[in-house]
Amino acid sequence: MKRHFLSFLAIIAATSVLGAGICNAQSSAADVAITHAKIFTLAGAPIEDGTVVIHDGKIAAVGAGVTIPAGAQVIDAKGLQVYPGLFDPVTQMGLSEIGAVSATVDTTETGLFNPDVTAATAILPSSAHIPVTRASGITEVIAAPSSGGFDSRNATNLVGGQASAIHLAGWTAEEMLINKRAAMVVDWPGIETRSFDISTLSTKEKAFADAKKEYDTKVNELADYIEQARHYAQALQSPGGSGIQRDVKLEAMAPVIRGEMPLLVFADKARQIRDAVEFCDKQKLKMILAGGTEAWKEKDLLRSKGVPVILKPTLGEPPEEDDAYDRLLTQPEELHAAGIKIAFGSFDNSFARRLGQDAANAVAHGLPYEEGLKAVTLYPAQMFGLDSQLGTVETGKTANLIVTNGDPLDVTTDVRYVFIKGQLTSTDNKQKALYEKYLSRPKAAH
Amino acid sequence: MKLRTNILCLAAALAFGIAGSISAREKEIGVSVDAATPVILIRNATILTVSHGTIDKGDILIKDGKIAAVGGTLKAPADAVVIDAAGQFVTPGIIDCHSHIAVDGSVNEGSVSVSSMVNIADVLDSNDISIFRDLAGGVTTANILHGSANSIGGQTVVIKLRWGQPAAKLPFEGALPGIKFALGENPKRSNFRTAGAPDRYPTTRMGVEETIRSAFTEARDYKKSWDDYNKRVAAGEKNAIPPRRNLKLDPLVEVLEGKRYVHSHCYREDEILMLLRVAKEFGFHVQTFQHVLEGYKVADEIAAAGSGASTFSDWWAYKAEAYDAIPYNAALMTKRGVLVSINSDDAAEATHLNQEAAKTIRYGGLTHDEALKLVTLNPAIQLGIDKRVGSIDVGKDADLAIYNHDPLSAYAVVQKTLIDGRLYFDREKDLAGRAAFEKEKKDLLEKAKKKQDEEKKAGAKKPEDKKAEEKKPDEKKPEEKKTEEKKPEEKKPEDKPKPPQSDADEGGAL
Repeated sequence: MKRHFLSFLAIIAATSVLGAGICNAQSSAADVAITHAKIFTLAGAPIEDGTVVIHDGKIAAVGAGVTIPAGAQVIDAKGLQVYPGLFDPVTQMGLSEIGAVSATVDTTETGLFNPDVTAATAILPSSAHIPVTRASGITEVIAAPSSGGFDSRNATNLVGGQASAIHLAGWTAEEMLINKRAAMVVDWPGIETRSFDISTLSTKEKAFADAKKEYDTKVNELADYIEQARHYAQALQSPGGSGIQRDVKLEAMAPVIRGEMPLLVFADKARQIRDAVEFCDKQKLKMILAGGTEAWKEKDLLRSKGVPVILKPTLGEPPEEDDAYDRLLTQPEELHAAGIKIAFGSFDNSFARRLGQDAANAVAHGLPYEEGLKAVTLYPAQMFGLDSQLGTVETGKTANLIVTNGDPLDVTTDVRYVFIKGQLTSTDNKQKALYEKYLSRPKAAH
Repeated sequence: MKLRTNILCLAAALAFGIAGSISAREKEIGVSVDAATPVILIRNATILTVSHGTIDKGDILIKDGKIAAVGGTLKAPADAVVIDAAGQFVTPGIIDCHSHIAVDGSVNEGSVSVSSMVNIADVLDSNDISIFRDLAGGVTTANILHGSANSIGGQTVVIKLRWGQPAAKLPFEGALPGIKFALGENPKRSNFRTAGAPDRYPTTRMGVEETIRSAFTEARDYKKSWDDYNKRVAAGEKNAIPPRRNLKLDPLVEVLEGKRYVHSHCYREDEILMLLRVAKEFGFHVQTFQHVLEGYKVADEIAAAGSGASTFSDWWAYKAEAYDAIPYNAALMTKRGVLVSINSDDAAEATHLNQEAAKTIRYGGLTHDEALKLVTLNPAIQLGIDKRVGSIDVGKDADLAIYNHDPLSAYAVVQKTLIDGRLYFDREKDLAGRAAFEKEKKDLLEKAKKKQDEEKKAGAKKPEDKKAEEKKPDEKKPEEKKTEEKKPEEKKPEDKPKPPQSDADEGGAL
């Protein structure tokens, strides 16, 4: 590994023009040509001994017989492979630094309805998680408020706020942004028959009927809120709309009502999924399901309503004790075979680098390999309306690419180069630095 | 991610736990436990022996639960059951050096800072579905630990994952028992304080050291009083009065005498060195440092002490003491001469420990053999059971995992798991049995629903029966339960990552 690191540095030194690009900086640079690589474009068959030309942050040419522009920096990728960068569609990237230290966590606002809060506002560009995640080949993510992860306040939102799509490079959030308002998070309520009372450190049981009543109340509140937002949006568009009393929360809902912004609905249980899909269908809202532990139970509904699913890590525990032990591992193929569009998400930040591993495990349990690869690249891009820019290696798209020594989904593969917005971006990070530091610690005297 | 919630659960696990309610039917899921087959021949497999390289196309002969021969082509005895493993990979069964499966209720006796009197072996739950799930991930042996709420936690036990056997059959025969220690944020309760609740000593790393020193000071005196007494008895003294038995100190005396292993939860470099100093002061050995995420910073000191390190593959940043964790930890410590294993601390994580070990090839450049050792031979040595398990060698227990691909890949799926030469997991059989299992489940639910409907009908017809009902209030309960069983998706709280309550009993892990 140290050797890799040194040779990596050597390459950087040799291609001195790229020296500036090795940090987060995004500045205009010379053209780059990645040559002699096997290119998995995900928009056709892989190209053997191919070249990718990057110009002005975009993919200018892809193919076997592509001419290398004069003055381009050439990266010889003989024996290596090029893929679109991986896309993690549910993370708390930049919103949470150390899970248990609440001062470093900005994932979940208090209160039931927070459509106006936006992830991009609290994304810390210098978070140590960003370079660590990038080194695993993930080039862009959705940072989603109220998306789970580790939140010691255990707040429960209904409308959690706006999720932002970001590149994993940039000096400021503005430089990182792909779409500040990529989706509106809805944390679908659950039927909780058991709750933990922190004041007495005991578990409280509740009758199902009571829990169901609470659930119905919350769903009704959500329906009322959507109704309010609809009226507000209509009033805004009405002839005298500019004169109405403004409300930042309801205003933030307007794009959702107009069908321009999808709802990213967190739901795992069959009933939640069923109710959420029917709710969004009735309200004519665009929905992406996130979580989906029991999506297989509602696959017919999901397919018929065209709802895509971002699945939680496949390597988790099956939800019920009598579920098949590989229930979560076989679900991706079951959904794919049913005609449902799936993507994988880490639903985390420090475990984001397991994204490829999750997809690979689904492939090991029946999902076609190409579908596994697309489920961490093209499909999440499609779900958030970003596929004209990202998700494949095609001319005209943003040059978010990775160069690896093998299958980017497998656990032993090394990511050699990461390009974000066409810039060669460092795979160095806090963890690599600590490794180098302690690898060179002089032998301790005893 | 569930493993993240375990941290939160420590609060819950302080004193309370939701007992896992597992019906007996789970015992029958998937695999039928075959009676021990005296002779098995595994044929044509790629054999990853771990101890002496890889045999490309080889056979393994199993007799009476032990490996009888390993090699190129072996002759099948007439009575042998042959498993054709062409194109498949056989490894020693995976050994998980840090697990909390098969425990009934909470893993933490969190009321005191020294809880050495309690023993996880007393609360083994052989019906825990996690045993089966981990078995299906190739795990054959697990070190079942008390939680990390206390500086000195409870006694621990090594088990084999003999799914379907009663709890008494789970412990690994002859394996030295252990005791859990814990340093840092968990025993000082950094992340688990409740507003208004009084502090429990210790609340600093300084106090953690003194808690351990104080306990061993007591234990040393206690041991001396017994040694004196035994000497007097040996000298023929008739009226010697034995010291009063102390159940808290007995296990610590065993630690001092080298009869019980210390497995210590830790994160930061300073606390690792602290425990090594305390161990030196009192003359005991730290068998393993668990988690030991900053072990790479003091690898030389750990190696010099001859302690093992059992760590995670790539967990980090879930709490302050995990912020300097690096995925190179296992490889770096290995290179510095520490005996390293990779563990799960989590039932789901244990199902893919082979993949977690594989990550050290990428992060730190370990060889294929070195990586596989992290979850086989190395944990066996750390648990003192390497004469029995951990590699594919003649004379060792026939504890094996058979994969369809090289196990150091995310594409490898376990096909069969054997313990003591007995097939405890067979994927083919599991798949074949699923339809019948689902039908049985459906039939039972329908039967329950029918009965409930009938009872409802009967109840509606005879409202005067109310009196009888009042007399027997107990009878109402099963009826309510049935209602819940009809809706399996509703009977448990949500398992979203946020609420700690759903798996409160598994806390104390991290």
